[in-house]
Amino acid sequence: MTLRHLFLLGTLAVIGAALAWVFWDAVAVQAPGRLADMALDRVPESGVSNPVTAVLLNFRAYDTLLELAVLMAAILGIWSTGPDVPGFLPAGEVLEKLTAAIVPLLILSAGYLLWVGGHAPGGAFQAGALLGAAGVILRLSGRPDAGLPPLTWLRLTIVLGVLAFVAAALVLMAAGYGFLTFPLAVAKWVILAIESAATLAIGATLAAAYLAGEPLGVRT
Amino acid sequence: MATQLLFGLVGIILFLLGVWSFLAHRPLLRKLIALNVMGAGVFHVLVAVAYRGLEKTPDPIPHALVLTGIVVAVSATALALTLGQRLEHEDD
Repeated sequence: MTLRHLFLLGTLAVIGAALAWVFWDAVAVQAPGRLADMALDRVPESGVSNPVTAVLLNFRAYDTLLELAVLMAAILGIWSTGPDVPGFLPAGEVLEKLTAAIVPLLILSAGYLLWVGGHAPGGAFQAGALLGAAGVILRLSGRPDAGLPPLTWLRLTIVLGVLAFVAAALVLMAAGYGFLTFPLAVAKWVILAIESAATLAIGATLAAAYLAGEPLGVRT
Repeated sequence: MATQLLFGLVGIILFLLGVWSFLAHRPLLRKLIALNVMGAGVFHVLVAVAYRGLEKTPDPIPHALVLTGIVVAVSATALALTLGQRLEHEDD
């Protein structure tokens, strides 16, 4: 324990006390949840009945669009460092059987979460995370391509989320609504289309990120 | 209310542990794990803020932030790990 560590410890204690006081003030002293009431009041206008999905895909759609762009930027960064690292050895029989059972289940669960996101906890990010996990499992059990499509299709899948988001927004803008303003009549289907595209994009991005490089070896 | 405060305080402690580890240790992998622990602390606090009592729906806005935040944190970690791995190979 050097003097530097002691100084760090003291600083962290002060920051921690300040943060604790702010948190206490935010939840106990001030009246919280004004934004929550505004959001919950307008959920019926969003086209979905799950408030979290309504916030993600409608009220704060801009945020979610840019977050998908962040994912895309991350994979571009990973790919720009060079080709992917070599894969692992093929799996033994037990792991192979387990993979064969678990990957279809993950894909099925992803589809379920995507659909249920409209009215209960679930949605594109959870479904995409499951698809990404399926890719990681495939990679760990010896498939060098992690179950991903060939590079051309992989590129398309990775931009699909941002592409569908922007396309939907531009079409609605051309129809006379604002950018990312979904009219109630079609909101549900627009959101479902964007979420489906985003699920594929997030899943592919996460699985591709696990390859730690541009998968030049999987091109066919 | 007690649960909410407990969650929030645990989140703040996790965040501070992460900051400590991030600043006090040199290896890149350790710094990355520390950064993720800090993130987990922030998510804890956000989820705690969203709680509005058992009879009311939780605030959906912090929940949405946490949801996207997790995926962004994972992808940022992946990018950092890749860069770290390349740096290690450069050293050889």
